[in-house]
Amino acid sequence: MVCVAWMIVFTGSDLTCRRGERLVFTDLAFDARPGDALMLRGRNGAGKSSLLRLMAGLSEPLAGTICWENENIREDMPAHRARMQYLGHQDAVKPVLTVRDNLRLWASLRDVDNVDAAIDQALDALGILHLANSSGRFLSSGQKRRTALARILLGESELWLLDEPTVGLDRESCADLARLVDDFRAKGGIVVYSTHVDLEIAAPRILNLDEFAIPMFDWLRDEIGEDADAQHPDASTTPASTTRDGTSPSRRKKIHSPSTDFEGIA
Amino acid sequence: MHRFAKPSVFLKLASAIMPWAIGITVVTLAVGLYLALVASPADYQQGDTVRIMYIHVPAAWMGLFCYVGMAICGAMSLIWKHPLADIAARATAPIGATFTALCLITGSLWGEPMWGTWWVWDARLTSMLILLFLYLGYMALVNAFDDSERGSKAGSALALVGVINVPIVKFSVDWWNTLHQPASVARMGGPSIDPSMLWPLFLIAIGFTGYYVIVLIVRVRLELNERRIRALQLGGVGQSVADQHHLAVPAKQAGAGE
Amino acid sequence: MKILIAILARDLRLALRQGADSIMVVAFFIVTTTLFPFGVGPEANILARIASGVIWVSALLAAMLSLERVFQTDFEDGTLELLAISPVPLELVVLGKVLAHWLTTGLPLIIAAPLMAVMLNMNSAGFGTLMLAMLVGTPALSLIGAIGAALILGARRGGVLVSLLVLPLYIPVLIFGAGAVEASLLGLPAGEHLQIMGAILLLTLALAPLAAARALRLAVE
Repeated sequence: MVCVAWMIVFTGSDLTCRRGERLVFTDLAFDARPGDALMLRGRNGAGKSSLLRLMAGLSEPLAGTICWENENIREDMPAHRARMQYLGHQDAVKPVLTVRDNLRLWASLRDVDNVDAAIDQALDALGILHLANSSGRFLSSGQKRRTALARILLGESELWLLDEPTVGLDRESCADLARLVDDFRAKGGIVVYSTHVDLEIAAPRILNLDEFAIPMFDWLRDEIGEDADAQHPDASTTPASTTRDGTSPSRRKKIHSPSTDFEGIA
Repeated sequence: MHRFAKPSVFLKLASAIMPWAIGITVVTLAVGLYLALVASPADYQQGDTVRIMYIHVPAAWMGLFCYVGMAICGAMSLIWKHPLADIAARATAPIGATFTALCLITGSLWGEPMWGTWWVWDARLTSMLILLFLYLGYMALVNAFDDSERGSKAGSALALVGVINVPIVKFSVDWWNTLHQPASVARMGGPSIDPSMLWPLFLIAIGFTGYYVIVLIVRVRLELNERRIRALQLGGVGQSVADQHHLAVPAKQAGAGE
Repeated sequence: MKILIAILARDLRLALRQGADSIMVVAFFIVTTTLFPFGVGPEANILARIASGVIWVSALLAAMLSLERVFQTDFEDGTLELLAISPVPLELVVLGKVLAHWLTTGLPLIIAAPLMAVMLNMNSAGFGTLMLAMLVGTPALSLIGAIGAALILGARRGGVLVSLLVLPLYIPVLIFGAGAVEASLLGLPAGEHLQIMGAILLLTLALAPLAAARALRLAVE
């Protein structure tokens, strides 16, 4: 019984992400069971937000798949969207609407039965019930963030994707958030989050995105190596060209000294 | 560019096509222009003015052809996400806009002796004018984003919307024209073309198409190189690496020149 | 349907709280129309001759003026991103927003149009057709405009750009809208024009939400 309930449901494999004209990470894989918390680590630009956006289905990976219970989320986006709650960098709080009216839309988009009760409950969980009827423009940035967090409590969900949820939150609210995450996990929810401050969540699994970064010289050779390929049919003996043969070179091959790479191009 | 969409296939193909395209363009334009300007008879009504038509009509065809081409590239980029389709659509727009403008200018030059005015709200000319606006809108849109890829994608969507709209515009302008202006003025082209006039028309149209292919290839190559430069800059290539690359380039060129 | 109402209710509430938008659109329409007599002279018969065209062109410009805001604020504050990954189809969201845009700009224009027709000395025989044509035409304007508004999200100089994109697409509506009024002023039946406008409306109703939703997904990608 337990085995069935705790099997891996959310997986990603061979993920490559491109932002603009730059590859952010490659060959990334992750998996999560119900109740897991997956913490994304990495330097700026390592692709934490990009990965969360891929998981949310906002953007598509250049290569690789993200699956829920072995089905690619692309196959049934409405189902994936229904099971997932996403918190981005922005709070999406309208200044001219009250906190309650702000949340009402999100509740009605998710088929919540008793909208007002659900909103009250969510606001109470984040300790901002007293702000329910104040307009968005009078909220501090921390209060706006909490309003945004209240949004993810509306309706049933199985997956939380939180991009820097602690930005603007004080210590007390961080503790509230940690408690909410724990409750959600206890019910079998999966949480994927990125944060710079330590959110006190029990036993998170850590995914370090720096490990999947494209080594600069390898990636650079891909860029300018096109000409080397096109114009030097006999250049296949050089180190640079041999590593290009495979469509997905193993990680080991990506470590080159700069001089080797450039000899290959020259 | 990235390792999943190598433009090297395109570059090879382009290098193979290029001499042919240049050859065909030069020959067809030379023969076509000779037939149009020297060998063909002057029109009994329009005199030598009719020769403007040999540029005007193929330019109008090209204006439409390029827009459809742009929309097809746009569809390819939206459906298959092929980066080259984006670049091709982007590269096509200024060429198409130039042909459309050429069509309008020659139309205006033709109109002066025939209608006694530089501009008449003739249905065909008006439709071409709107087509030019569509081109200008597309070009403004693709260049309005900091992220050029975002611009190309928005442009592709716009080209598709535009291509659905072109026949509607054409139809409504025709309707509007017959309503406001009885068809008494002499029209350019039309069904009354003598077969002897068709040959130079077709030759010039082929020449224009060849010219389009040449410019397209040059522009796509240019864009590919620009992207590489941008990617190098984005990669935070340090000065020392840039120097090494600088040193590497002459060697590469020497190898390519052989 | 419930979702459509939810989106509509929220956008109308936003428009109401932010106020002034629809009043500004109508004011713009009136001021623009008033400029024409200064440009072409106050002779009653000339004004009567150009009235239908002037009213349509001014309405076109006024409807376009407010387009930029249809998605812009939602795009900037992150709402659009959340709408794009909400379980409801984005096309439906677009439809709700377009409907709200039409109710706050198109509808006031239709009410203001006869007033301007009187001031431009238009024969009262055309009033009914004018309002009917605008009733069919302005939703099409909002729908086509939504595509432009979605495409320019994140662009520099979005406001100018949207007019460059959208105005050429408005030409068919202008031709048949003004044509319908002209026809009824000449005592001819305007049914044919209105039917074609209806066809344009149906076509845009079917295609514009798809295209706009697609463009919105590109914008938040």
